[in-house]
Amino acid sequence: MSNLLELDHVTKLYPVGGLFSRKSIKAVNDVSFSLDGDKPEIFAIVGESGSGKSTIAKMMLGNEIPNSGRLVFDGVDISNIRNRAQREAFMAKVQPVFQNPFEAFNPLTRVDAYLFGTAHRFAGANTLQEKETLSDQALQRVGLSMAEIKGRFSHELSGGQLQRVAVARALIPSPKLIVADEPVSMVDASLRMSIVNLFRSLRDELKVSIIYITHDLATAYYISDRVIIMQKGVVIESGGARAVLDNPTHPYSIALKNAVLPPDPKAASAAIRLRGVRAAI
Amino acid sequence: MTKVLEVKPAIVQSADVLTIKDLKAYYVNDLFGVRREVRAVDGISLTVRRNEVYGIAGESSSGKTSLIKTLAGAIRPPMRVVDGSVNFTFGNTKIDVYAEPEKMKTARWQNLSYIMQGSMSVLNPVRRIKHAFDDFAYRHMGLDRQAFRQRVQSHLQKLGLDPNVLEAFPHQLSGGMRQRVTIALATVCEPEFIIADEPTTALDVLVQQDVLGLLKEVQGRLGSSVVFVTHDMSVHAAITDRLAIMYAGRLAEEGPTQAMFDNPQHPYTAHLIASLPRIGDLSIRKSLAGKPPSLANPPSGCRFHPRCPIAVDRCSKEVPEMLPSAIGGRVACFRAGEVSVK
Repeated sequence: MSNLLELDHVTKLYPVGGLFSRKSIKAVNDVSFSLDGDKPEIFAIVGESGSGKSTIAKMMLGNEIPNSGRLVFDGVDISNIRNRAQREAFMAKVQPVFQNPFEAFNPLTRVDAYLFGTAHRFAGANTLQEKETLSDQALQRVGLSMAEIKGRFSHELSGGQLQRVAVARALIPSPKLIVADEPVSMVDASLRMSIVNLFRSLRDELKVSIIYITHDLATAYYISDRVIIMQKGVVIESGGARAVLDNPTHPYSIALKNAVLPPDPKAASAAIRLRGVRAAI
Repeated sequence: MTKVLEVKPAIVQSADVLTIKDLKAYYVNDLFGVRREVRAVDGISLTVRRNEVYGIAGESSSGKTSLIKTLAGAIRPPMRVVDGSVNFTFGNTKIDVYAEPEKMKTARWQNLSYIMQGSMSVLNPVRRIKHAFDDFAYRHMGLDRQAFRQRVQSHLQKLGLDPNVLEAFPHQLSGGMRQRVTIALATVCEPEFIIADEPTTALDVLVQQDVLGLLKEVQGRLGSSVVFVTHDMSVHAAITDRLAIMYAGRLAEEGPTQAMFDNPQHPYTAHLIASLPRIGDLSIRKSLAGKPPSLANPPSGCRFHPRCPIAVDRCSKEVPEMLPSAIGGRVACFRAGEVSVK
């Protein structure tokens, strides 16, 4: 049994100030966790803006190199990737889904070009026929089809559809891990659950592990298996999603849980009157 | 007996701050003899009472923002008011927004203010916050410079903001802080009517809680009416007294928030409420099939019928009217009340 992904005391510093400044911010401070290679799961990273959750995503995707600690994916230390072949092999196994689908897709490029590009680069499809077949298979998995998408621009699709195309694109190289950074926060409330339910079916049917980064505890509770809660770069609470979110122990996690507005007018209006509780923490 | 009859209409009159009657506002594009209309607001009637928070919910491209732009009189071509009227009652003054645009100019900011969607795009990035206050509010207050500055400072203190933010540039403040500054800016003239367009959408949960609390507090203190627009139903649950659901340019349902969450009458409302995830509940949340209709070419009959789980033949042929509903609101559905949550 090997770990799919292992973070071993990872720390990331960002320098602040001018060229000669020695100050730095610890965006991620000594974070360790691992994902099991045999059992796919949805792993949620929860925290408010500035808590370092997106920095972790960038490091997992190999866009940032940690200052100390190791990130091992499938037996390979990500910071040791030196050449293009290694990098492409890595990228085929780890794929991202970003926050805002309208920004992720260039409005002047047809959406299918992204699918074909990925199919060509990571799945070895050379003819248009092969690219279309691969893209169609991926689109079918997210409940769309090539006929709906072909030749369309991003503004012709709804936010939910576009986000599903983004997930389909990520699925083309048959990745082992999808890193989803706030995938539903820009999607309409009525379509949000279609994306969230899609992640669940990817885990169950395609055995893909998913890193689900969010500030919304309600959806994290709904789909994730394990959760870590971060504040200012430090993991303050971790464990099984239900166990942690049903009974949070750290004051910050309790504040986060209380800030989730329950879908019931009485309880929700009581929740916003809790103002001032947070200042005390 | 006669006394009662005299008093009653007076109360109704003073209680309604905003009355919209059968409002139609279209984006009209007339190029080379080809006329194309996008019916963003298509026959909406509603009233907003004094001292209440009125929520407008709906997905993107359902016409929420077009509606509130129209009622604030802030429309530009190609958008055009085709039919209907918007009337405000501020104290003893009555303003018909589209018949008397001159009156509207003085009412803006003094009686009516607008909290915009993206707080970062409202504040000028190269001017300090205090200049934003000068630019927007100074001429409406009728105070001299010194008194105005003091008024702004005391207002910020009341809202729990450090008056030092006045010296800051927008980029030095966090998103939540900027949104609080825009709320302060919108309420410094103590307006009777506040329009808030998605004020918490880009914020994370903790900041959202603060901003909503602040808005509720200010509204309570000023006793003003707020029209609150967002697609997030749990925000509506937290802050609104009455709620209207918009779908494709029309109202689907309107009613008291609590009653609508307990017992939604329209299938679309029921779906919006049922799809909310909650902590402690793991049952599968279904999402609605299909996508929001295009307003340039909306479906016939009830605009929700292609996505509706309980649609019948009649729904695709006739347009349902807004009729009184069982829960003390209004609903536009032939099968109102036949769908239940959960």
